[in-house]
Amino acid sequence: MLQSIIFCLVAAAALGYSFYQFRKVYANIMMAKAEAVEGPTGERWKNMILVAFGQKKMFKRMIPAVLHFMLYVAFVFTQIELIEIFIDGIFGVHRFFADGLGTFYNFIISTIEVLSVLAFIATVIFLVRRNVLFIPRFNKPEMTGWPKLDANLILIFELILLVCIFTMNGTDEVLQGIDPAHYPDTNLAVTSWLGPALFGGLSEGTLKVLERVGWWGHIAMVFVFLNYLPKSKHLHILLAFPNTYFARLGQKGQMENMPEIMNEVKSMMGLGDPNAPEPDMNAELPEFGANDVFEMSRIDLLGAYSCTECGRCTSVCPANITGKKLSPRKIVMNLRDRSEEVGEKIRSGNTEFCKDESQPLSADNFDDGRNLWDFISREEVHACTTCNACVEACPVLINPLEMILKLRRHEILTEAAGPQDWLPLFNSIENQQRAWSVSTSRTEWMNE
Amino acid sequence: MTVKTMAQFAAEEKQPEILFWVGCAGSFDDRAQKVTRAFAEILTAAGIEFAVLGDEEACTGDPARRAGNEFLYQMTALQNIEVLNMYGVKKMVTACPHCFNTIKNEYPALGGHYEIVHHTQLLQQLIDDGRIKMTGGGEFKGKRITYHDSCYLGRANGVYEAPREVLQSLDGQLVEMKRSKTNGLCCGAGGAQMWKEDENGDKRINVERTDEALATGAEVIAVNCPFCLTMMTDGVTGKEKQDSVMVYDLSEMIVQQMAK
Repeated sequence: MLQSIIFCLVAAAALGYSFYQFRKVYANIMMAKAEAVEGPTGERWKNMILVAFGQKKMFKRMIPAVLHFMLYVAFVFTQIELIEIFIDGIFGVHRFFADGLGTFYNFIISTIEVLSVLAFIATVIFLVRRNVLFIPRFNKPEMTGWPKLDANLILIFELILLVCIFTMNGTDEVLQGIDPAHYPDTNLAVTSWLGPALFGGLSEGTLKVLERVGWWGHIAMVFVFLNYLPKSKHLHILLAFPNTYFARLGQKGQMENMPEIMNEVKSMMGLGDPNAPEPDMNAELPEFGANDVFEMSRIDLLGAYSCTECGRCTSVCPANITGKKLSPRKIVMNLRDRSEEVGEKIRSGNTEFCKDESQPLSADNFDDGRNLWDFISREEVHACTTCNACVEACPVLINPLEMILKLRRHEILTEAAGPQDWLPLFNSIENQQRAWSVSTSRTEWMNE
Repeated sequence: MTVKTMAQFAAEEKQPEILFWVGCAGSFDDRAQKVTRAFAEILTAAGIEFAVLGDEEACTGDPARRAGNEFLYQMTALQNIEVLNMYGVKKMVTACPHCFNTIKNEYPALGGHYEIVHHTQLLQQLIDDGRIKMTGGGEFKGKRITYHDSCYLGRANGVYEAPREVLQSLDGQLVEMKRSKTNGLCCGAGGAQMWKEDENGDKRINVERTDEALATGAEVIAVNCPFCLTMMTDGVTGKEKQDSVMVYDLSEMIVQQMAK
């Protein structure tokens, strides 16, 4: 009875607080601009099923793909067990489905056990890869401090969770021989031999305590995980699905058009709609491109929150490979960091962040004197060759190039800044309609 | 050689079969001009009636747009679309994957709808259809050739096979670099990098890519883009391998070995 009450309270608190945190993530993403979701829905579902569910892009690198797949399948499958844990927890029963499902129960839980062994192996290898082997993409400048700790914490949580599962099932197997009335008979693939091997010979009291430690430890880790997700790179386990669904379709080479500029240029050139209203000359100059989260698109922000910092983008970036400061992963991480910062400041209600102090603080009335350039240097953005290698590499279809190009557009169009080297290029296109300032004819090549 | 312009065709009230979009590099860069000539020669040999825009052509706007200068892109792109629509152009071919990408993927949003192919795609078609025939033997027979995927033909537009099939017709020995097709490494010139100094780093991107190409032991590095041509040529020269390793555009290789 007491256990049931404690369980209900803990579960309600954990679910409630995680819901509150997920709402914040949602609100942060929604601060950005809406983007039209174009193209066939079927194509989007296909992307989600192949890329997120089927992890198609992971299989470009076999070793991490197989290890990751082991963890992923174990994780998804283990969720079935949660149903029973909740029923047992709320009603104070023990292995509610064991008697009713019989052999099928053994099959399900045995599958989870086998997958858990694989997950355990994968987790240990992942820890070794991160901390012992020198894998370059895990050792870039942006992967120090919190991102490094974050990656290790998830793996350690995973190990604790798995140890708890085996303690719970293993002690249960031994207790079945001591107190069969209370512990329904099961025959599980791993713990039927691992249980007696590890826990055989312990006293009944010790076993009962250990069984409860395993059970509570397991569910406690699930609750911790749930509340840790919104703060962690591990959020990808959820957001990979919407992110692959919303990822832009169409050719990677296509840059998003800017109709507001197109229309202005059209009217300048006398190509505009003659019935269009006269532009308001006194209107505040619009901002082009993005130097903050508000001008990024929600798809960009969703991407930033879906990033698990694996660094496949950075490991294929030609600029990064040749020692430039640009790292596509860092751009994506910075975008998330900035949305977190802005989101927290807006929710603080502190009027010092108001653009106009007479109005309430909101995304439209916000100025903390900072923007993405406080996170990302010009040098990084200038180093990009727009080669799309990062876009191609991302296992969950995040588009770092889109973010970089929006920063470039802001720099050139809104700030009238940017690399000096580009001025001759711009001048010759503007004045001579060609990319180089030369005076020869375009048919010069015919004369030889 | 003489190639008629769209204006000349229009004066005769005729339409060419296809418009050859030459691009700025193909028009003004000494090395790329050779590619333009080679490709024009192939089109002529295949009996295709084609035209160029000549001085009515303007930069597609690719480098301006990727630098972030949308105003300039819109100006030059809309100007091109005006000209192309005035002539009623439907089909185009270009030897520059940047021009190809912009016209194919970005002009439609501005009102420019054309059927455009990259020259490697047209070359493949001409070879497949028997409109150009290869001579047996020739300079590339048995040579080790490595193909460098340009980003704007490859990842940006998913064209990986057509250029490789064209190269197969040369009877050479095609060797792949470690990073190829979807994993191909950029030459370093895209995104308007062609016009600016590199940011600080340990190495130039074209040197990294050239090292990889040379590691295949290839005697010929085949490219499909005038910017890659410059970058890879510079890379090879930097390694003082210009006497033993040649960098060619695909059309230059075909023109050398086709039956004339």
